Formats: sequence, structure tokens, C-alpha cells
Amino acid sequence: MAGPGPSGASGDATYAGLVRPLLLPTWAVVGILMVLPVCLMAVYSFLTKEFRGGVIWDFTLAAYDQFFITRGLFGDEPARIEWTYIGIFWRSIWQAGLATLLCLFIGFPTAWFIATRPARSRGVWLFLITIPYWVNLLIRTVSLKFLIRETGPLNESLMAIGLIDTPLPLVNTNLAVQLGLFYSYLPFMVLPIYAAVERYNFALSEAAADLYASRLATLREVVLPVVKPGIVAGCILVFVPSLGAFLAPDLLGGAKTFMLGSLIDEQFKGSQGNWPFGAAVAMILMTLVMTVLILYARAQARGARR
Amino acid sequence: MKGVRHYPGFLAMTIICLVVLYAPLAVVAVYSFNGSTSITQWGGVSLRWYGDVFTGPEAGRFGQAAWNSLTIALIASTAATAIATAAALAMIRGGVFRGRQASFALINLPLMVPEIVIAVSTLIFFSTIGLTTGYLTILLAHLTFCIPFAYLPIAARLEGIEGHYEQAARDLYATRAQAFRLILLPLMMPGIVSGWLLAFIISLDDFIITNFVKGAGMETLPTAIFGSVKQGIKPNIMAISTLMLGVSVLFVTAAYLINRKGQKTP
Repeated sequence: MAGPGPSGASGDATYAGLVRPLLLPTWAVVGILMVLPVCLMAVYSFLTKEFRGGVIWDFTLAAYDQFFITRGLFGDEPARIEWTYIGIFWRSIWQAGLATLLCLFIGFPTAWFIATRPARSRGVWLFLITIPYWVNLLIRTVSLKFLIRETGPLNESLMAIGLIDTPLPLVNTNLAVQLGLFYSYLPFMVLPIYAAVERYNFALSEAAADLYASRLATLREVVLPVVKPGIVAGCILVFVPSLGAFLAPDLLGGAKTFMLGSLIDEQFKGSQGNWPFGAAVAMILMTLVMTVLILYARAQARGARR
Repeated sequence: MKGVRHYPGFLAMTIICLVVLYAPLAVVAVYSFNGSTSITQWGGVSLRWYGDVFTGPEAGRFGQAAWNSLTIALIASTAATAIATAAALAMIRGGVFRGRQASFALINLPLMVPEIVIAVSTLIFFSTIGLTTGYLTILLAHLTFCIPFAYLPIAARLEGIEGHYEQAARDLYATRAQAFRLILLPLMMPGIVSGWLLAFIISLDDFIITNFVKGAGMETLPTAIFGSVKQGIKPNIMAISTLMLGVSVLFVTAAYLINRKGQKTP
């Protein structure tokens, strides 16, 4: 899915002598503008905040301390666990997890359906799934908000057909954020599962059917184990960006639906900001994401050896 | 044998999937043609909000933002495509070399680090080296995250081109530069064009990173739209959104068609 991997080197080595100059721009740009900044961010998370936004170069653990521990409003009480930020952290995880499950629930049947179409129409179906991914996420989120707001078309039409009497208060709830995440990343679930199902050998299903396996049993015992890599890839592609999502919680949610992305954003806005704390939260988010990705890479390597 | 491929309800799920993906966009597109000043009441079909986008009170602000967005996307995607093309040549035609794994990871790094983390770290970096946030910082940030999007289609295309063509050219005494310019580059073109188109769209659409590194007073189209939406969704925003929607669909369709046409020739 992610294009040619490191193993994809062809025997052709016409440009072997030019490898260094050809890769130099990539190394320079990504190295200076991404690797270096992330390292710098790690350093910033251990610095002291300055009150107008910005930092003082004194090393301290204050930012991480603030995330996990509280000593009361005036800092003179005994240290206790600070639940506010851990709560936001936890909410991000379960919102992302739930969005992943929801995407899987809708995405798997869709991917299966598309992969079992005749080869000619498959491309068109797939294209329909891809288009929304390339449409500006901001515009998509605003559109969703427009649709589900209190006086929006969804509530109006539900009331018109008499299904509800009063508008559903959808905006500013966890449900709206959930819906936003689901809607934002749904194509990410369909595409890798599609790639896996397309390679699936349907003779396996036929063999299972011949042996009197029910449809459901065939799906569970035969299909799922084979297409599992696609499902896992899809889940990661939805879960990881959902964790750090900013637009869905910011536009569709409110103060009670805060997620890590909004918490980080807040630290860099205006004079109320706290750069080291923002850097620390970003570090915590990145650690979580990298853990997921490393576990995934390991599982993949194990699968490849088998 | 249709039986084992068919699961009841899967078509229904597919329809739900497409409705979820398209309903909000369709609703906004329809309401952008609303003739009424209210976003709730339907006042007949009209193009007044499209007129408002170009001549209304916010036209200057959005015009400037659109200009910034387009020029940044143009420069960033072109530079990223050049960098990605060079990288693809090394990765696919460079044989086995030291640092290949690391280079691969580096090219794809912008896809793996969460966007908000890229945003924060880039802002911290620019602030530390004393570069004032503005047009240049947006451009540099965009250039970086555009690289993997340009790389993927180019590398995929290059992998599908067999070495014989260049070999034949070299056998006929073409220099390596000639073999590249006259043989390999034209063959790679569909991949390069679709890589460029995708990078362009990704740059045009970015909000989170731009919002961090844009500095005060500097706007791109997405940040200008975000600023307006914070005051409430107005009809002119729906017209702008629909226009941007159209541009995205146009570009992606072009990338798709060029890629498909490319696959038919060698």
C-alpha cells in the first residue's frame, strides 16, 4: 500500500553511482525541517516557560509534572495525580478507538463489496471512495457541522417526517466528535482492506462452503485470518490520525470534548500559551503513536517470517 | 461461483459508506446556490453567493488568501516533485546501498508523524532559529510534507519501467544524461505529473500545520475559511467551499486519468 518498500530494489542499478547526490535534497529538507525540529521539540519539553509565550533555557521536568501531578491551586498541597490531562489523554484514546471500530464496521463490508465487483467497475467504486480523502478536511468538517447543527438539514428533515419533535443537540457532544472522526478517516479503512480482499483467493471460501461451513463461519475462520494484515493496516491508518485530530474536536465539539490535538493547539496560541507544556503533550502523543507503529512493524515482520 | 463472494447486507453498508462520505458535501454544495441571506431558509436557486465571493466585502481578504495558497502550493509541489523524482531514481535504480532503509524511512517520515506534532515542532524550530513566521515559513513547511505524496506515484511508476529501454539507448551510444532525458524521463512522466498534482492538492488543503507557522496577518485559503467559520457558517463560506471542492475533484480526477493512461503504455 505504501508503495515500494525497502525490499523493492530492482536489479537495475543504473544510478548506483549517483545515489548520494540524488538523495541529498531529501536528506537535507526532511532532516533540517522535520527530524531536527522534532528533536528540538523534545528539548523544549524540558525547558521553563516564559509568561508571554516562549521559553527560558532552564532545564526542568515542570511540563511533564504539570501533565501528571497537581499540588493544588497554589502549589502548596501534597502532590496528587492530576486527572484533567490524563482524562483528555484517555478521551483521545477511546474516541480514536471507537472511530476505528466504527470505520471497520462500515469499511470492511464496503471493501469486500468493491473487491467482488467486476474488474472494470472496481476502479470507479474505488475512485468514489478516494475523492473525499482529497477534499479539504476543513471543508469536510465544516460541511458535517452544517448538516448536523441544531437547525441544520438533518434535524429539519427528521422533524419534518415526524421522527423527532425537538432538534437533536448533536453539535458540541462527544457523539459529534466521534462522527467527525469516523467521517474524516473512513476512506483510510476501506483502501487497505480492499487491497487485501482483492488478493484473496475465493477458492478458499468455496472449499469451506463445500465442507458445509456457513457464510458466517467462512468469514470468521477462513477470510478474516487471510485478510487480517489489511484490516490491521486500516485500523492503524484510522487510529493514528484520530488520536491527534484537531479539526473534528475543535469544530464539532466543545469544552467537554477536548482531545490532545486541541490541548496542544491551546498552548501555542496567544500570551496564555505554555510552549514547554505543549511540547510535552506533543511528545506524549508522539510516543503513543510511535509505540503503535513499532508494534505494528514488529507484528508485520513476524508475519513475513512465518 | 457467485455464492461465496456475496454477503447479504454488504451492498447496504457500501451505500451507507458513500452516503456518509458524500451527504455533507452534497448538502453544502446545494446550499451554496441558496438565494436567501439565511443559511436555514431556502430562497430559490441563485449564484449571488458566488458573486459575493468575488465582489463582496470579504473578497479582498479571500482573494489575497487564495493567491497565497496557490503560489505556495505551486512552488512547494514543484520543488517537492523535483526532490522526490531524484529520490525515486536513487531508491529504485540505485541498487543496494548503505542507508537505503534510513532513506526510505526519512522519505515517509512526514506521513508517520502526527500532523499536530509536525506543526508544533516546525513552529518551535522557526522560532529558535529566529525566522519570522510568514510566507516563507509556510512554504518551507509545505515543501517538507509534500515530498512523500509526490514520491509514492513516481516511485510506483519507475518500478514498473523495465531497464531495457535505457539499455537500448546506451547501446546506441546515448550518454546517461541523454538516456535519462530522452527515454526515462518521458516514461516517468505520468508518475511525475500525478505526484505533482497530489502534492499540489495536499499543500492547497493543509490547515493544521499552516495555522501554526503562518504568523499574524498571513492567511491561506483554509486558515481564512477557518477564521470565518469560527464566527458562524455564512453562505459565502459555502460558495468558497464548493469552489475548492470542485478544484480538488478536478485535480484528483486528472491524476487518476493520467495514471491510468500511463499504465496502458509500457
